[in-house]
Amino acid sequence: MSFFDISHLSCRFDVKDENGDVLMTNTAVDDLSTRIEKGTFTAILGTNGSGKSTLARHLNALLVPDEGTVIVDGMNTADADNLLPVREKVGMVFQNPDNQIIASVVEEDVGFGPENISVPTDEIWKRVADSLQRVGMTSFRRYSPNKLSGGQKQRVAIAGILAMKPQCMILDEPTAMLDPQGRRSLIDTVVELNHREKVTIVLITHFIDEAVRADRIIVMHNGTIRMDGAPRTVLQDEQKLAQLGLELPQAAKLGAMLREGGIDLPAGILDGRELTDEIIKAWKRAGH
Amino acid sequence: MIRDITIGQYYYSGSVIHRLDPRFKIYWTILLLVTVFMINCIPTFLLVTGVLAAYVLMSRVPLKFIFRGLQAVYIIILITFFFAFFFNGGDTVLFRIGPVKATMEGLKNGLYMVMRITYLIIGASVLTLTTTPNQLTDGIEKGFAWLKVFHVPVHEGAMMMTIALRFIPILADEMDRIMKAQTSRGADFESGGVMQRARALVPLIVPLFMAAIRRAEDLAMAMEARCYHGGEGRTEMKPLSMKRRDYMAVVLAAVYLAAVLVLRFAV
Repeated sequence: MSFFDISHLSCRFDVKDENGDVLMTNTAVDDLSTRIEKGTFTAILGTNGSGKSTLARHLNALLVPDEGTVIVDGMNTADADNLLPVREKVGMVFQNPDNQIIASVVEEDVGFGPENISVPTDEIWKRVADSLQRVGMTSFRRYSPNKLSGGQKQRVAIAGILAMKPQCMILDEPTAMLDPQGRRSLIDTVVELNHREKVTIVLITHFIDEAVRADRIIVMHNGTIRMDGAPRTVLQDEQKLAQLGLELPQAAKLGAMLREGGIDLPAGILDGRELTDEIIKAWKRAGH
Repeated sequence: MIRDITIGQYYYSGSVIHRLDPRFKIYWTILLLVTVFMINCIPTFLLVTGVLAAYVLMSRVPLKFIFRGLQAVYIIILITFFFAFFFNGGDTVLFRIGPVKATMEGLKNGLYMVMRITYLIIGASVLTLTTTPNQLTDGIEKGFAWLKVFHVPVHEGAMMMTIALRFIPILADEMDRIMKAQTSRGADFESGGVMQRARALVPLIVPLFMAAIRRAEDLAMAMEARCYHGGEGRTEMKPLSMKRRDYMAVVLAAVYLAAVLVLRFAV
């Protein structure tokens, strides 16, 4: 059985004027169906307003479907009794690191989630120490979050989710407010969590170079799924990506251009390392 | 500049007062303040003064920090004294200025009031100087948990304090940023009279409120996503526990209360 089973999900927002009359109805998610398997790393890619964040919020019952159903590990999110169990299973990291840290000491913030789900005191301490270590923030445990950089705050937020021992973690544009270095190391942490500990990851992003590291990319546009597949397959169709407002990562773009220029390279190159290797191979094939 | 705002004025000296349970400290401060109002004769005065002095000395907080709290209110103290001295009435007239007469009773009453205010401030200062805001919040939540019987939202109040403590520096930053943005567009916060300056603050306050509300929405969402559902069924990472020193302090406080009551009503 799939971990997430989404069928015919629709979500609409009414846009109202000052008198409360409905001006128009925005369809954020439109009759969307898909499944996400346990232990996988899925990236949901799309431009602003593509409905990717709205979809993410349905996955841990922050939003409940207007139409259709979302089943999380066998539990229907529309059932109010499932609210807390679903959120315990599916943790969520948000975009703004400042607006998701509650306590004024790092370790207390990490302990906030476990406190909410009635974990005994000794166990909370164990989990806090453990999760801070997993994101490499142990030495900051007594710091005030205000003294940390954006990337460090985001790691604390991830630790706060890990301490609840979720089976799945949704990251809603977690790197949007970070510098390039912070972005890279955060995604490294996430990839490692997926590979080593088999945490199911759903990464919402509009950075295609982050999505490339997933097992599967879902490209959303106007509330529907337009492309769905392994990164290599999705990235091959540059034209379609461009139509959806997305640009290939630099290395992939360069690879495609070289191929067009007549150099014998395979399609669907993902990153710089791969490109270098392929160019060297092509060089050797050409008899140099 | 705005970043430097600190709440309370915690001073760490590692004294036994610092290590006492915050619940006890809060109730002890209330007891101390109540007994200050029970002073009605020299023996009670000496007892309360002695205990307060011992309390201050035990906290090992430098006296200048303790008296800093008084600086803020010395004008209030002076005005209180002035009114008590000249308008108290009484028979033993010391001197007259026009229709106003200064009396012996007024002088006594005035000094008494000055003493009361001073003691109140000192007692409250020692609490905030020896207790971190986090401990204070915790102490209020646990110490007043019994108010839940009367449907007072104690947990919610404490959670609000926790969040406020976390967000004050962030909002101060935000305010700094908005101020710079408005200044760069020609806003003037520094010149003009009081009214003009107050009016200049409007374009500062409105965006600040907007930002605060947006943050609050995000935060509420993040708290919900982490299974927050009120105080019901929550466990604690750092539960408060009464140690031997806390029980000893309770006993001492009880002895003190008994002594004040005896001196006031029996002697």
